Amino acid sequence: MTTAPSDAVRASAAEPTTFPLVLGLDTFGDVTNDDDNRPLSHAQTIRNLVEQGVLADQVGVDFFGIGEHHTDDYPLSAADVVLGAIAARTTRVRLGSAVTVLSSDDPVRVFQRYSTLNAVSGGRAEVILGRGSSIDSFPLFGYDLADYEQLFEEKAQLFAELLKGGPVTWEGKLRAPLHNQDVVPHTESGPFPAWIGVGGNPQSVIRAARYGYSLMLAIIRGSPARFAPFSQLFQQALQQLGQAPRPVGVHSPGHVAATDEQAREEFWPHYREAIRRVARTRGFAVPTKESFLYEIGPRGSLYVGSPETVAQKIAANLTVLGANRFEMKYGMGGLSHEALMTAIELYGTQVIPRVREILS
Amino acid sequence: MTASLSSMPRLPRIAVLGAGHTGPVIARVALAAGHPVTIAASGSPEKIALITQVLAPGAEPRWAADAVADADVVVLAIPLHKFAAFDPALVADKFVVDTMNYWPPIDGVQQMFDDPRYGSSEIVQRRLAHSTVVKTLNHIGYHELEDDRRPAGSLERRALGVAGDDPGAVKTVAEVIEGIGYAAVQLDSLRAGRLLQPGGPVFGVSLRQTEFEQALAA
Repeated sequence: MTTAPSDAVRASAAEPTTFPLVLGLDTFGDVTNDDDNRPLSHAQTIRNLVEQGVLADQVGVDFFGIGEHHTDDYPLSAADVVLGAIAARTTRVRLGSAVTVLSSDDPVRVFQRYSTLNAVSGGRAEVILGRGSSIDSFPLFGYDLADYEQLFEEKAQLFAELLKGGPVTWEGKLRAPLHNQDVVPHTESGPFPAWIGVGGNPQSVIRAARYGYSLMLAIIRGSPARFAPFSQLFQQALQQLGQAPRPVGVHSPGHVAATDEQAREEFWPHYREAIRRVARTRGFAVPTKESFLYEIGPRGSLYVGSPETVAQKIAANLTVLGANRFEMKYGMGGLSHEALMTAIELYGTQVIPRVREILS
Repeated sequence: MTASLSSMPRLPRIAVLGAGHTGPVIARVALAAGHPVTIAASGSPEKIALITQVLAPGAEPRWAADAVADADVVVLAIPLHKFAAFDPALVADKFVVDTMNYWPPIDGVQQMFDDPRYGSSEIVQRRLAHSTVVKTLNHIGYHELEDDRRPAGSLERRALGVAGDDPGAVKTVAEVIEGIGYAAVQLDSLRAGRLLQPGGPVFGVSLRQTEFEQALAA
């Protein structure tokens, strides 16, 4: 356990071609179940999440990210507050959103919250901005889905201006203008790392390059390799813009247990149930055991298995994708807090060193 | 325009409108099947030049009107919520493949499509009154479109529905689907094509031809 954020993970700004390997964990704060398989309260789920973040720090995880959601099964609507609590009890792990739904938030407020987290944590804050694949936050905050693209475009542009520091002058169509506005708190040492999460839209890749963000590829089903051209598109777009290469990360779901079989059997029933709920509202097919086994196999996008299996898959896909960072989204509604703590421990103590070993 | 294009000596020219999630993938698989492909987004070709070069090399980026001009088949690969602002004159007298879905949990409630009496493609056809609309590719994920292709005769070949009111248009598009690497199951009306929509028996499901036909008949 070190006492300061490692230099290896601090760097995310533009640097020559190779970037340090960063291995993190993301969570959506899925409600966990107790010993009798009953869902825990939102409050207890959130307190457990703080413990999970603290453990991640202790076992050597580089980054811990929390994804914003607004539903009964994902009650993490104020991720930055939880990250602040984790920051107060940790010294090493970097902390960030995964993602912040920027379209339905105010860029000034997002900057203020994460700049505050950056201060509290001694410079360990990051932010991953997304458009949001679920739309719960739009009616909640009074935004019109018809403005989906333009909201993100404008806000990503404004947030990039805010990150530079110093007074901001900005004008758009969907938010009040700013004239020579000082936005506080100021950061101590320049912009904190900021990413745009992309789920498969190449226009978003170009946007990330244009506004100076790093690229986070959210790969949640199907073949990870099909995202390799996105990584190329990003670096080529930067080249056309006359900018240096920037880091590329990958976010995918997973679960680690002592053996492949244990990981599979723990994860599968909860995965099936979670997707079944989504399928019901979105009108698509529930996964079969066959499709699940495909996804956890070498050609799918789930990282479920023993530490060795998961490490091999991470290493292989980072290479294929030209990425230097992997964030495993752990947890799946209904898994127990204890199973998640075990997964975090195995990820930190066995998966991370093994990935480093394979890639060195 | 009702004649089948199958008698033509070359494969149909395809114009893909949209360079988001689905457009470049459709362009790529159409190119691989040997079609000449143009691609357009809402703005100038320069804006999508790099995307095309990296994601669909061989496709020609154009302004939308130029892309459509000499196309035999136009693929509409835009999000449904952008359709209300789409100019019907752009695709007049063309075969138009409608890949869109009315999917309120994703796109929110769209007034134009919020009518349970009609399928989304029937509403698209009503608005594109001078075009011939065919519904297909809406029920396979864009992330699967490339990996799930199989050669003709393969036992694993996945089936895709092709629905339309005009038999010539359905036949032409079905041949494109077959050429890309899927078994085309033809449905003889856009009304019948409602079976391909979200919540229907084949939406997002990987089925072989007989399974697909059974699912539709169930």
